[in-house]
Amino acid sequence: MLSIILIILAATFFTGIIIRTKSIASGRKGPGIFQPIKDVIRLFKKGAVYSETTSFVFRIAPTIYFSSVFVAMLVVPFGQSKGLISFNGDFIFFAYVLGLGKFFSIIGAMDTGSSFEGMGASREALYSMFAEPAFFILMGSLALLTGHTSFQEIFSTLHLGSSISYALAVLAAVVFLMIAMIENSRMPLDDPKTHLELTMVHEVMILDNSGFDLGLILTAGYLKFAIYGAIIFNLFSGIIGYEYAIPLFFVMQVFLAFLVGMIESFMARFRMNHNAQFIVVLSSVSLLIFFGALLVSGKFI
Amino acid sequence: MNIVRGFILIPFIAICLIPFLKMKGKAIAVYAAVSLIATLSSYVAFEALTGQDFELTLQGSFISGNINLQVDALSAWFMLIINFAFISGGFYGLFYMSAYVDQPKNLSLHGVLFILLHTALVSLCVIQNSIAFLVAWEVMALSAFLSILFEHEKIATVRAGINYLIQSHISIIFLMIGFIWVASQTGSYDFSTIRSYSLTHSSALSLMLFLIFFIGFAIKAGFVPFHTWLPYAHPAAPAHISGIMSGVLIKIGIFGILRMLLLIDLNYTTIGSFILVISIISGIYGVMLAILQHNLKKLLAYHSIENIGIIGIGIGLGCIGLGTNNSVLCSLGFAGALLHTLNHSLFKSLLFYTAGNVYQATHTLDIEKLGGLVKKMPQTTILFLIAALAISGLPPFNGFISEFILYTGMLSWMHNAFMVSLLGIVFTITGLVLIGGLAMMCFTKAFGVVFLGNPRHSFHHEVKEVPFLQLLPLYAIAAFIIFIGLFPKIFLDLLIKPVQLFTNLHQLPFISFRGNGIEALLSISRGSWYLILLVLLLLGVRKLVLRKRTITVSSTWNCGYTVPTAKIQYTASSFVKTYSKLFDVFFLIFKKEKEVQGVFPTDAHLETRPYDKLEKWLIDYPTTNFKLFLDRFRFFQNGKLQFYILYGIIFIIAIISIPLIYDQIIMFIEFLKQL
Repeated sequence: MLSIILIILAATFFTGIIIRTKSIASGRKGPGIFQPIKDVIRLFKKGAVYSETTSFVFRIAPTIYFSSVFVAMLVVPFGQSKGLISFNGDFIFFAYVLGLGKFFSIIGAMDTGSSFEGMGASREALYSMFAEPAFFILMGSLALLTGHTSFQEIFSTLHLGSSISYALAVLAAVVFLMIAMIENSRMPLDDPKTHLELTMVHEVMILDNSGFDLGLILTAGYLKFAIYGAIIFNLFSGIIGYEYAIPLFFVMQVFLAFLVGMIESFMARFRMNHNAQFIVVLSSVSLLIFFGALLVSGKFI
Repeated sequence: MNIVRGFILIPFIAICLIPFLKMKGKAIAVYAAVSLIATLSSYVAFEALTGQDFELTLQGSFISGNINLQVDALSAWFMLIINFAFISGGFYGLFYMSAYVDQPKNLSLHGVLFILLHTALVSLCVIQNSIAFLVAWEVMALSAFLSILFEHEKIATVRAGINYLIQSHISIIFLMIGFIWVASQTGSYDFSTIRSYSLTHSSALSLMLFLIFFIGFAIKAGFVPFHTWLPYAHPAAPAHISGIMSGVLIKIGIFGILRMLLLIDLNYTTIGSFILVISIISGIYGVMLAILQHNLKKLLAYHSIENIGIIGIGIGLGCIGLGTNNSVLCSLGFAGALLHTLNHSLFKSLLFYTAGNVYQATHTLDIEKLGGLVKKMPQTTILFLIAALAISGLPPFNGFISEFILYTGMLSWMHNAFMVSLLGIVFTITGLVLIGGLAMMCFTKAFGVVFLGNPRHSFHHEVKEVPFLQLLPLYAIAAFIIFIGLFPKIFLDLLIKPVQLFTNLHQLPFISFRGNGIEALLSISRGSWYLILLVLLLLGVRKLVLRKRTITVSSTWNCGYTVPTAKIQYTASSFVKTYSKLFDVFFLIFKKEKEVQGVFPTDAHLETRPYDKLEKWLIDYPTTNFKLFLDRFRFFQNGKLQFYILYGIIFIIAIISIPLIYDQIIMFIEFLKQL
């Protein structure tokens, strides 16, 4: 339960900090860190415009997308405290539930009959297909390392004893961060601030969404960042007490948001056709972690 | 005994009656026969699944010996799947075929074949005698062949049918070799002798025997590289036949493989790894090609190959578990495979039936010509969507449950595996994940292009939803899909007995689906319920909130361009363009292109036709070369009767003389040796 509250709290400021970091790095003052939440609240109060091409699919897609992210969040633990749903192999459920949301966001985009949105949908489908093996290999390696298969047990028994395992945790954190960037379509794969539809991935898929639906989609995006932030935090938290863990959690989230902001400020977006290669590299890094896990657990012959 | 007599009598009476009945009568007779057969065999199967095996010996002929019939839990599981598919598919077929009422003879034949196919498939699960088995197998193959040929006036249909006929007979040849091998060694055709033969002979011989059977059954099941008949046969057949073929006919190959695993004593680790590798290849290759297809039913056919791969992964894992005495892996592998067999038969038949609805409404299956069907056929759209989500393995549907069981099996294997097996696990997991991701891409494409957006082609006839009664069995299947997704435990409890058949092979303790990480299933149902409730709640909130707001309907954002046409939409080909460029090496795409030239652009066109690279190298290339080789002997066929008589005489003389001079030749060789 604790994890849900913390993740929602972190989600309120995560994207704000990214935007603030980017503003300061580019020499502007920038909006307050709660501006994204204010935007969403404003959207919730608005009416909606629907394309005449769209059908019921377009109307339910954002709701299901948001719900899938929300249910995925229920699985994520916080240190010792389990998520609301916790079982052996729950990370599989996590990935597949997110997949459900992606399925709906893709067909929602296809429903508008727009060439732009079809393009974004095609890219999203391709990138998420490439990103998933990285997540599974990574979680599989952690399962191998710890001997457990649920998020909570893996993270609470992940014993960072030797220097190799620290290296592994850092690598894992990098992979998770990159997966978070792919999931949220941020730099270096996608530029959320670009104004040209042809170069967008996620933004172009939601061109026709407005009002309540757009609010849900944006909120889901904020939640996703905080969820991955929580997972990365769990990698390092171990079994420290709540009095330290909770402040540390927020420090970590702020740091990650800052890091994402810095990456976005100082990195250019890849060319579209390089994205796939980049994501495959991620799987290779996961494979590296897997071999590391083999070494640590003494199964490397 | 009475049951068997009834089981044989029902189809016999129905088949004799059907040609003489009126159109309505035919339909009733076919459906009544199918339901009676289904009820009868399901009764026996259910008994077997819950406790009592059914066993009976029929007095056979002088050649075949006594024919043993046996329904154990494995047969029962497959019989129930077959019966459900035939009951739902038959009902759908009644309405689907109503478009062809002007062809009464054709329909009579079709009805007869439908009953025969059902009877043969059920019998195959029961018969324990190789000769009777081969006869039933042939009945199945032929009735399926003739059912495919329903629209025989189309040249493509005939071609697909012949392709299927040849390949299914290659499969029979392999099965015959296997059965004759055992029979010649033991002198009996009973299946139990296969077991005793493999127990008394070396493991290499058993392995050879198993591989022969495996190839025979794999052709039917559609494992890569024996899959090439599938993408032709499925699109050519009427929708309910494609649904049944993909749902249960190819599963009989899986049944055969599982039966042989029970009968032949093997080094299970070796064979498990072999099946695992071939299955991963099938799974990935199937879905990779599915994405490229423009024909909706062909796309679904390639997905059958993918799903056979997933089932095979389960079987492979189960075998490895058996070989390494890992009871969790063994239980979960086989349970996952069997459950996925059921799951696939459900969502794949649903997909084929909805594709049939699309075909009925639009008379085309070319997805580039479709689009916007959601407004004309909303119910078909929802049903297709449910099946598409299920086949992509997403929660809360049934496909996720079976894939989750496989993942759990692999994760449990991980803890006591070493280097090589661990690499195997990683590649299997990656394979399964990739299959899932690619399937999602494929079905977002198929669903998005066929049902969403604007129509890409204006039809001269009205496109409308099919009648409700035709949709009824589809709703039943959809409900079943969701039911398995939400209450998976019930089905896993039913699977205890079939899986125990396999664990008992090595006297492994059967891991009931309670302890050891399997209680996860309850949590999954809980998670799925949360998801559904949350979606409903949010939709309610959304409705409430939007009630007071202004809702405007306007055109899609087109960069300010105000007269959009349907042609502006993303097509299926453009949706997968990046993908097909990335994996270029695996594909063979024929292109016909005319580029725009000159200052004033003239017309241009581009036509792509995906082809199967494996088919080119494994089927087309050898057959063309073989034909070229045989062409050299064309001079024998010179059309002169005298020569043909001469060939006959030469043949007869050779037949008589070779045994006569055989001894002389041996003597001559002996003589040479003495020198």
